[in-house]
Order: sequence, then structure tokens, then C-alpha cells
Amino acid sequence: MNLAYRDIRHNLLRFVLTNFGLSLLLGIVIVITGVYGGLIDDALRQARAANADLWVVEAGTNGPFAESSRIPGDTRELVARVYGVERAGAVTYQSVQTELNGKPLRLFLIGFEPGRPGGPRGLLAGREIMRSHYEMIVDRSAGLMLGQEVPLGTHGHKFTVVGLMRDEVTSSGDPVGYITLRDAQALQFELAPPAERREVARGGPLQTSNQINAVIAKVSPYVPLKEVAAALSRWKHLTTLTQAQQETLLSKFVIEKARNQQRLIMVLLIIVSAVIIALIVYTLTMDKVRSIATLKFVGAPDRTIVGLIIQQALSMGIFGYFVGLALVLIFQPYFPRRLVLDSMSVATVFVITIVVCLAASTLGIRLALKVDPAEALAAAG
Amino acid sequence: MPEAIPVVRVEHLSKHFGEGSARVDALIDIDMEVYPGQVVGLMGPSGSGKTTLLNCIACILEPSSGRLTLDGEVVYDGRWLRSDLRRLRLDKIGFIFQYPNLLPFLDGSDNVAIVLDLAGFSSAASHSRAVELLNYLEVGHRKHALPAQLSGGEAQRVAIARALANRPRIILADEPTAPLDSARARIVMDLLRRIAIDQHAAIVVVTHDEMILDRFDHIFRLRDGRLEDGPAVGLQPESATVS
Repeated sequence: MNLAYRDIRHNLLRFVLTNFGLSLLLGIVIVITGVYGGLIDDALRQARAANADLWVVEAGTNGPFAESSRIPGDTRELVARVYGVERAGAVTYQSVQTELNGKPLRLFLIGFEPGRPGGPRGLLAGREIMRSHYEMIVDRSAGLMLGQEVPLGTHGHKFTVVGLMRDEVTSSGDPVGYITLRDAQALQFELAPPAERREVARGGPLQTSNQINAVIAKVSPYVPLKEVAAALSRWKHLTTLTQAQQETLLSKFVIEKARNQQRLIMVLLIIVSAVIIALIVYTLTMDKVRSIATLKFVGAPDRTIVGLIIQQALSMGIFGYFVGLALVLIFQPYFPRRLVLDSMSVATVFVITIVVCLAASTLGIRLALKVDPAEALAAAG
Repeated sequence: MPEAIPVVRVEHLSKHFGEGSARVDALIDIDMEVYPGQVVGLMGPSGSGKTTLLNCIACILEPSSGRLTLDGEVVYDGRWLRSDLRRLRLDKIGFIFQYPNLLPFLDGSDNVAIVLDLAGFSSAASHSRAVELLNYLEVGHRKHALPAQLSGGEAQRVAIARALANRPRIILADEPTAPLDSARARIVMDLLRRIAIDQHAAIVVVTHDEMILDRFDHIFRLRDGRLEDGPAVGLQPESATVS
């Protein structure tokens, strides 16, 4: 006879209401796990989207994500000529903010050379960039439609959305957009017309926009990566980073504080959950003191009593976890930041929930084991 | 015909709480015997030690000294001689509380079957026996009712059925008629007498109820932890002999 199940069935409404509250709490733990996963995934996404073997950046810098890097536009030709480099592509990265329909729109723009490394991974809808100017592929989280025009830069040019991507956002949650390298260079390096006129008036040198932030190199599988990296490092004005180094920079340094903060919130939430589960189990046990005393009096072994409490604690944890997970999955699309719930992290939260439930039930078990069978003889309350 | 062996034998049993100036002697040198088929009453004013004695016989409370023999087995002789008192209670003792103390989340038959379930009987056997007992106590029609849905009398009968579930040799009852009116109290006492004879069990009833005194084979009166009439040993009803 499963006493835990009978007790839950008898107090079903209380169980459901209590567990709904617990579900919300566990749902928040799952959300934070998803936010944490999303933070790391988003941070690595642009670096991984480039599908690079080597990153060539400005000498002495950890660019282009961890710090700024500016190198001459012809560096791509230099890199492409190095023995072992199969393909190379020049890229620029910049954050922009424009206004659309009276609302601010933030984008992280990547300038790339169509047909060379550094372009978008895959499209959800639309097509690749075909024209050399004023076309854009953007993540769908920007809320833009195919064919929609977006004004960008100081010259008032309008970029037409020709393709949409999915899940391409930065670690700060801004949607990523791809435009041609020339357009990106113009946006990043060209002066606004009044500033340009001022420069000409004062007889200053003409500004060149032929600069880039990095060169992405794909290395032949037949040539050791280290050998190519060493060859590229001979240029004193350049630094070469492998893809692994770039990912380490992003995950360990760029988002380190945010990651630690998320982790701390997660730990705090787990502690709060443990305390709340312990209090719920304790209260439920308090309500059953007389029944427990009667069970002991008629000869129930301690394992029956302990089983009753543990089974109820686990029922709460399992019910709360799955309802919480269901709520998170239902409301996932409405979160402003991307939640990444991989099976590993979801399973980890489940295991933590079970461990927390078992640990939290010790308070109730302690109380139950202390119940004197003689309490069954006390006058009924 | 050989003499019947007492199912409950208490010899020089004492129980005190605390030590030194805080010492309270709850039971002093108690001797009593209860035979199969006997229904005996345990009476006395509040604080006289009735419930303490019942707890000692139920192996819930450890006596301070003396000897306790249940169903022919010495279970206490200066110390507990059985390590598994829980099993002893489960196998040999049925207990009827002042209030039914039914588990609120189990229906009538489950409240009875739980005892057999704990004793290791199969679910089918437990339920079959539970229904048999509920029918015997004329509450079989309420087997699916939860305790909250039972009347006071029905709940007390279910509680009695639970006490009988494991065919115990000893039934201890703590004020079983307290929540009942006098007519129902007599019905319960008649029921206990019937059980004592049918199940060949010894029944000890703690009571204050003067209206049911005629339902007992013998009454032990306690005052300040002592039996008032002195040792009451060797009272054997004719029905308490074995062939």
C-alpha cells in the first residue's frame, strides 16, 4: 500500500497548489540555466559562425571580439598567399543603433566578402546577398521582414532585408546582421559628410575606409595549423589566433563576469528552492504527526515512515520540475534573451532537484522519526 | 482440564520518571494477570498511572523494573528482552485508541488492511481479511468511506477492526467508549466481549465510564501508581481455560 500516493490523492488540491508554486520556482531555476547556456552559446556563436581555423588580427590585440582590432584591407590577400591557407576572407564587426517606426533597433553588423569565409551559416528564409551594396541578412529576433528597408549609417542609406537567420545574436542579446564588406567599411570608417567637408577644408589627409577588423583563414587539412600560424606570425603588424584561442577569449574573458553572475544566481536559487522544499516537507510532516504516531503504534517500521516522506518529497520535486520545464518551454519564445536548454543542462537541473528534494526531506524525516508512538494516545485535536 | 496461561502477566512492575527530587513514581510494584477470553477494566483517577501501565504493556514505554510476560514470552525483565518490539506489537497486540485515530487518507478497508500490509501479507489477503472484519463488526457497507465520512460509532468500529486485523492475543483499549453515548458505549463493550470470546484474546480496557462496569470480568483500580485492591492475580473466568 503506497501511503504517499494515498495521502497525495486525499489532499490533491493542496498538493497541486503547493506544487504549482514549486513549479514556478523550479521553472526560474531552469530559465536561469537556459539564460546561462544562451549567454555562452551566443558569445561563441559569431566566432563559430565564421567557421575559421585561424583569426588574423591587429598585432598585440585579442581582437576582434575581446578588444578592437584594425588592420589594412589588403591583409586578406597577404594571408591568402601563405602556404597552407586554402581560403581567406576579410571581416568587420560593429554595433549599430538605428530607428525604425519610431523605435530603436540595435544590430551587430558583420561585414563579409560574399563567396569567402566569414559569411552567414544558413538562412531560415530569403536568399544570400547578391548585390554588392545595401542588402542585408538579419536574425529574425530583430523583428524585420523580408523586403523591409532599414536606414543605416550617417549617409542615410537604406538596406533591404533579403535573408533571415535564426538564433544569431550576440552575448548581449543584440540580433546579428550581415552586410557586404564594402558597406560595412563605409559604415564603420567613413566620416559623415559634414566631418568630411571639415577635413577637406583644413587640408587634412583623405580618409581611407579600406580597413578591416580581422581576416578569417581556412587552412588545408594537409598542412599543420601550427605551421601556418607560425608563418603568419612572422608579420610584425599581425597576430594570429586559433579558433580554440578565440573561443577561450570569448567564453572565459569577454563574458566571465556575466557568466559568474548567472552561476551565482543559479546557486542562490537552488539554495532557496532547497529551503522552500524543506519547509514544505516539514509542514506536510507536521500535519501528519498523529498519523505517523498511529502508524508507529500499530507497528509500522521506520522505513515505512521514511518512505512516506521521501516519496512525497520526490513527488513534489518531480512534479514541480516537469511542470516548471513545461512552463519554460511554453513561454520560451517570449523571453527577450535566447534560452539554450541542452539535454545535459536540463538533466543536470533534474538531478540537482532530486538531490535537493532528498536533502530537504531530511528535516521532515528527522521530525517523523522523533514522533513518539504514545502521541497516538493523546486526545484528538 | 489444565489451567489457562495468562496472556498478560505483569510482575512487580514499576515505572518512574525523572531522578532525585524530580522523581515521579508513576507505577509502583504492579502485579496483574489477564487470561484469554477475559475483558478487564483499568480504572482510576487522572494521573493514577492507567495510561502509563497500558503503554508499558503495549511495549511503548520501558518500565523501570519488574517483569512483563506477553503470550507466554517474557519481553521485559529489568530490560527489554526483545530487540524488535515493533514486530511484537504488530504480531501480538491490537490497540483501540480513545479516538479512532484512523489514517485520514485511507478508506475504511485500507485503514484495517494497513496493519496486515505492514505484517507482510499480500494486498489481496489484507483486503479480504479487512472486509471480513468490517462485515463482522457490521460496518462492511462503509469500507470505501474515508474516516471523515464515517459517524463516530462507525469510525470506532473500523478502529476496532484494525486492532483485530492481525488476530492479536492482546487487545489494549484506551477509553474506547469516551466519545460515545451510553447506549453506543454498551454496544462497543458487548462487541469487545464477543471478540474476546471469539478470538480467544485478552482485553484490557482503560476507562472512567462507571456505566460499563458490569461489562468487565475484573476491574483493576489504580491510585497514585498502585493497585488499590492489592495484587489481582489468578482471576480466571471459566471460559479462560483451555482443553
